[in-house]
Amino acid sequence: MIQINGVTKRFGNFTAVNDVTLEVRTGEFLTLLGPSGCGKTTLLRMLSGFEHPTEGSIFIDSEDVTDLAPYRRNVNQVFQSYALFPHMTVRDNIGFGLRMQKVDDAEARTRISDVVKLVALEGFEERYPHQLSGGQRQRVALARAIVPRPTVLLLDEPLSALDAKLRVQMQFELKRLQKHLGITFVFVTHDQEEALTMSDRIAVFNKGRLEQLGTADEIYHHPKTAFVADFIGEANLLDAEMISRNGVTGRVRVEGGLELTIGLSQWPAEITRAIVTVRPEKVFISKHPIDAENVFEAHITEEVFQGAIDRLGIQCVSGTTQLTALVANESSLQEAFHQGDRIWCGLHADDLVVVRREE
Amino acid sequence: MQSAATTTTDLPATATNHARRPKLFGWLLIAPMVLWLALFVVAPLIILLVYSFCQRDDLGRIVYEFTWENYARIFDFEDPIYLRILWRSVLYAGITTAFCIAIGYPVAWFIARQRETTRNRLLMLVMVPFWTSFLIRTYAWITILSQNGLLNGLLEAAKIIPQPLEMMYTPFAVVIGLLYAYLPFMILPIYGSAEKVDNSLVDAAHDLGAGPFRAFSDVIIPLTWPGISAGILLVFVPAIGMFAVTDLMGGGRQPMIGNVIQNQFLKARNWPFGAALGIIFTLLFVIAYVFVQYRAAKRSQNE
Repeated sequence: MIQINGVTKRFGNFTAVNDVTLEVRTGEFLTLLGPSGCGKTTLLRMLSGFEHPTEGSIFIDSEDVTDLAPYRRNVNQVFQSYALFPHMTVRDNIGFGLRMQKVDDAEARTRISDVVKLVALEGFEERYPHQLSGGQRQRVALARAIVPRPTVLLLDEPLSALDAKLRVQMQFELKRLQKHLGITFVFVTHDQEEALTMSDRIAVFNKGRLEQLGTADEIYHHPKTAFVADFIGEANLLDAEMISRNGVTGRVRVEGGLELTIGLSQWPAEITRAIVTVRPEKVFISKHPIDAENVFEAHITEEVFQGAIDRLGIQCVSGTTQLTALVANESSLQEAFHQGDRIWCGLHADDLVVVRREE
Repeated sequence: MQSAATTTTDLPATATNHARRPKLFGWLLIAPMVLWLALFVVAPLIILLVYSFCQRDDLGRIVYEFTWENYARIFDFEDPIYLRILWRSVLYAGITTAFCIAIGYPVAWFIARQRETTRNRLLMLVMVPFWTSFLIRTYAWITILSQNGLLNGLLEAAKIIPQPLEMMYTPFAVVIGLLYAYLPFMILPIYGSAEKVDNSLVDAAHDLGAGPFRAFSDVIIPLTWPGISAGILLVFVPAIGMFAVTDLMGGGRQPMIGNVIQNQFLKARNWPFGAALGIIFTLLFVIAYVFVQYRAAKRSQNE
C-alpha cells in the first residue's frame, strides 16, 4: 500500500503538486490522469525517488520512503522514452536490476527467461535496443522493470510513443500482466480513454491538485468538478441558477434561458448557482415528443458524420441554449437527422449531474 | 568514373547514375584535403622512412647508403639510453593522460548536465586559454612554480613551508605543464559524449538499484567511452612528442623523445638518426590509434 500524505512539490515559485493526499491499495491498477503540466509525472517521480517532496511524506508498505534514494526503494519505473541502455543487449538490459541486487547467475537466468516469455520476446535476447521496433522496446522496458519483483511498478506514459493500434493492444496486455503479477501499478497518462480502459481507480489531477479519485464508472458518471466532467469523455457544461425547489426536485434556469428539472439531492443546499453537466450521448432527440422530465423543441444547427455515430449541434427553439448530442448511426430503420431539422429533445433528470462552479 | 560522368550529361540519369554522381562530387570535394595530406603528410613520412635507413657524412649531409645502424642505436640493449627516454616519454604522457581523465571527466560531465546557456558559458571558459599563445602560458607557469615564484611565496608567507620548494625543472613541473596544455583536449570530446547521454538512462540505472558508483561504471562510462577514447588519443599521442614544455619546465633535465628528435635535427645534425626516432614515434602513435579504434570497432559492431 502506498500512502501519500499531504505532498507538495514546488520548483521555485511554481507549485507542481499541491497538497495531495492519496492512498494506493496493494495490487491495484491506479491511473494518475490529467493534462500535461498537472503534476502527475512529478508525483510519480516522487514515488520513484527522483524528486523530493517540499512538504508531506510518502509511505510504501508502512515504510517512510520520503528521504530514501531511488536505488534503495523496491519500486521500479517504466520510462516514457523507455530509457533502455543502448550499449546492452535485451538480456543485459533485463538483467540489470538483478545484477544490482546480486542475484546469483543461475537464478537470474531463469528469472530472465521467464520474463522474456511473459512479454513474448523469445529469440530477441541477444539484440540491441536499436534493432527492435517500438513495441518490442516497450516490452523490454516493461520486462526490465518487473524482473526485480518490485512492490510497486510505476509507468510514465509508456504507451504514448506507440501507434494507435499497438497502443490499444498493449493496454490489454498491460492489464493482463498486472492481474497475472499482482503488483501494484501506478500508471500516468493524459489519455482519458487509456485510463478508462485499464484502471481499477483513476486519480484526476489538474493544476497540481487531486480533483477526484474513483473508479472509471464513478469518474465518468458522477464527476465532482466541471474539470473532471469536461476532461473525462465529453460533456455539455451549462451555467445554472436555482429558481425553485419542490420536494425532491428543483427547477433551474441554464444559460440561454432553458429551464430544466433536476434531482435536488445533488444540488448543494447552500448555493444558488452551479453548473449542470450532461453527456452528449444522454441528450435524446427524436422527430416525435419524448418521454422525459425535460422535453423541449430544438433545431439541428450542425451535423458531423463520425462513422458509427453522428455528432449534432442543437439549439433550443425558445432561447439560445446550445447542446451537443451524439446519436448512433447504425441502421436505416432509425430516424435520420439533418442540419436544419426541427426536433424534440429530451433530458432525464438522472442524467443531469450538478458540479460546483470553480471560484 | 569518367564514362559515368559523361553519360549523365547527355542521357537522362538512370538510377545507378543517380547513385554515382554524388560519389564523384564527394571525391571532388575532398580532393584538396587529399592533395594536402599526400603532399605534407604522406610524402614527408616516406622521406623520413628513407632517411632513417641512410647514413650521414661528417658535415651532416645525407649519404644514401643503406644501413640498420640508426635503428640499432635506438634498440641498443647494452646502453638503452634512447629506449629509456622513449619509456619516460610514454610514462609522462600516460601520467598526464590519467590526470587529464581524472580532472577532465568530472568537469566535462558537470558542464554537460547544465542548462544550455550555462553550458555554452562554461565551454567558453574551458577554451579561454587558447586565446593566448601556448608559450606565454607556459612561461606563466614558470613564474608560478619557480624558486621565488608565486606559489613558493604564498606557501612561505602562510608559514606552511620553511624554505622554497624546488618545483621547477622536476618531473612534477613537466607533468603540470603537460596537464595544463592538454586538459581542454580531454574535456571537449568527453563533453561531446556526455552531453548526448540521456538523463533518463541515469535515472533508469538508479531506479533498478544501481548506486552512484554502479550507475557510473555500468552506464555512464560505457556511454561516454567514445569521448574518453578520443580524449586519450588527443592527449596521449601529442604528449609523448611534446618538447616545448619539457624544455621550458623540465629544463632539459628530463628529456623526452620530442626533445631528442629536435636535437638530432637541429643541433646534432644527425638527420638519419632523428628520422629513425621519428619513425618509431609514429609507430607508437599508430599502435595507440589501432588499439583505441579496435575497441571502438568492437563496440560499434555490438551495437
